[in-house]
Amino acid sequence: MSATRPLPFDLGGRQRTARARHRLLVWVLCCLAVTVLLAFGSLIVGTSSVETSLGWLLKPDAESSVVLWQIRLPRTIGAWLAGALLGLAGGIAQGVFRNPLAEPYLLGTASGAALGVTVTLIAADASFEGLAWAAKIGITGAACIGAAGATLLTVSLSRGVLQTRSLLLSGVVVAFLLGSITQLLVLSRPEIWRTMQSFIFGSTGFLSWSSTELLGAALCVSIVPAVLLARGLDALTLGEDTAQSLGLSLPKLRLTLLGIVSLASATAVGQVGVVGFVGLIAPHIVRETLSVNHRQLLIGAPLCGGALLQAADLISRWVIRPSELPVGAVTACLGGSYLIFLLWRRSRRG
Amino acid sequence: MVEAQTRIDGGTPALSCRDLSVGYGAHIVIKNLSIGFLPGFWTSIVGPNGCGKSTLLRALAGLETARSGTIFLQDRALSRWPRRERARRVAWLAQTSAVTDLTGAEVVALGRFAHSGWLAHRQTEDEAAMYRAMMATGSLAWAHRRMSTLSGGERQRVHLARTLAVEASVMLLDEPTTHLDPPHQEDIVRLLREQAKGSGVSVVSAIHDLSLALAADRIVVLGYRGLIGHGTIAEALTGDWLSAAFETPVHVVEHRGAHLWRPSLHPRGPGE
Repeated sequence: MSATRPLPFDLGGRQRTARARHRLLVWVLCCLAVTVLLAFGSLIVGTSSVETSLGWLLKPDAESSVVLWQIRLPRTIGAWLAGALLGLAGGIAQGVFRNPLAEPYLLGTASGAALGVTVTLIAADASFEGLAWAAKIGITGAACIGAAGATLLTVSLSRGVLQTRSLLLSGVVVAFLLGSITQLLVLSRPEIWRTMQSFIFGSTGFLSWSSTELLGAALCVSIVPAVLLARGLDALTLGEDTAQSLGLSLPKLRLTLLGIVSLASATAVGQVGVVGFVGLIAPHIVRETLSVNHRQLLIGAPLCGGALLQAADLISRWVIRPSELPVGAVTACLGGSYLIFLLWRRSRRG
Repeated sequence: MVEAQTRIDGGTPALSCRDLSVGYGAHIVIKNLSIGFLPGFWTSIVGPNGCGKSTLLRALAGLETARSGTIFLQDRALSRWPRRERARRVAWLAQTSAVTDLTGAEVVALGRFAHSGWLAHRQTEDEAAMYRAMMATGSLAWAHRRMSTLSGGERQRVHLARTLAVEASVMLLDEPTTHLDPPHQEDIVRLLREQAKGSGVSVVSAIHDLSLALAADRIVVLGYRGLIGHGTIAEALTGDWLSAAFETPVHVVEHRGAHLWRPSLHPRGPGE
């Protein structure tokens, strides 16, 4: 049989790919439509009534345009970007660890960021130099530094990235260790607790245009290599040895992808605090509704994660308005109920 | 650099090892093994459980670090080959592959990874190789089915197709016939023979079923204490290598040119 003979059967080639692309396109459009709707919703929900906000949208004046375009719009865009980063990081982490329960914070980023913020708050409180230093790096800077430090600690504890199991284990150890240090520090300085609270439960309230730019840059930097390396994650589903025998460099692939996970989750944690469940749930929703090919997963999970965090943000502002719920609590409720739904359906299928 | 092991039965081996030792921790599984695999021959590796068949195949595929000794692919040390070039020449089939949610065609396409690379931009030759491989293993029907929805035997045939699609010059197969029903085991044996004879591939397989293993051209017999023998099937049978390897009498009968293992139904005596 010659190589140029026309194939009687389409092997996931042109026709099949066209159909898959079509499906992906429809899915992406749906996600974007939901995102736009949620963005509109978050423009009209706030401390003032919905009618007032609608009036602002129709007849803008100087004061209302500040509220709409300098407070609410960056907030919803920032929430989308942070959710997208978490969704992407979750999708990659689940692929690298070959574990559907892996999530973006499993290298210790969340606890590292919390510790970074605590130390900065205490330093700012303690002395004038500390305050100047804290003002220079800011809460987000402190969170990013803490997250990066925790990731490095995890990787060095497991002596590299070759052993997934020891990496997972040292991630858990680091999370507990840094978490307990944070708690001890907060106990000794109860006055910083209120500030810490909004960070630990997650909050979209601090998002501004500058943080949106930062999140957007991080998303661009991380999604491109992730999608390019998606085929490696596909190969990894066959087992580590098989992936290697196919010509894949496992250490390089893992190091690059875990680097992306750390970058994405550290940036997100720095801007919105510890928002749980989005990174865990977004890839699951994509797998249930779209496909399990990693390229599609890594395109879908950010879109889904973004919409999720936007929705959570909207709910957190709506439920007890004009006051707000912590957004992390809302995502935990949404994510937890989705997981219970998945479990229930699986047990019903038998 | 150590020179490659040259000339076994008048040919240059496609893959060979010299003084190879492999082990896990304190346990040495393979000790000072030197063998070569010629192009155009199908070699069976036979031996009792735990004698190191899988370890040898893994080492030959470059998945284990050798304690000592060298493995040669053609006349260059295996470790000195660039990863992708090596993967294009040596294909390996695991004893058990993880169950994935990819479709059959996506799995077979991964066999072309070393050719097509990260972007997975499939050329006509990649698709032709995939088609031939899936046709040969009878797995075309599952091209668009998810692997997790297939039976064990169906999955095994997709993985075989993935190994074939590499179009490597050396194929290392760990239990390629597991989970397959007898007619499909036959197909696989015929396929391996054809790969060796028709395409000049060095096929190395570890197969538990002795009657299937003896259908090969050559045999490597491993015992608990190392290599028992390496040669043709006739040499193995004349020398009674199998009984030595399994440390119990193994009866092989010849029937119309085929060698068949006859299980003994009598209880083993204390001396056997």
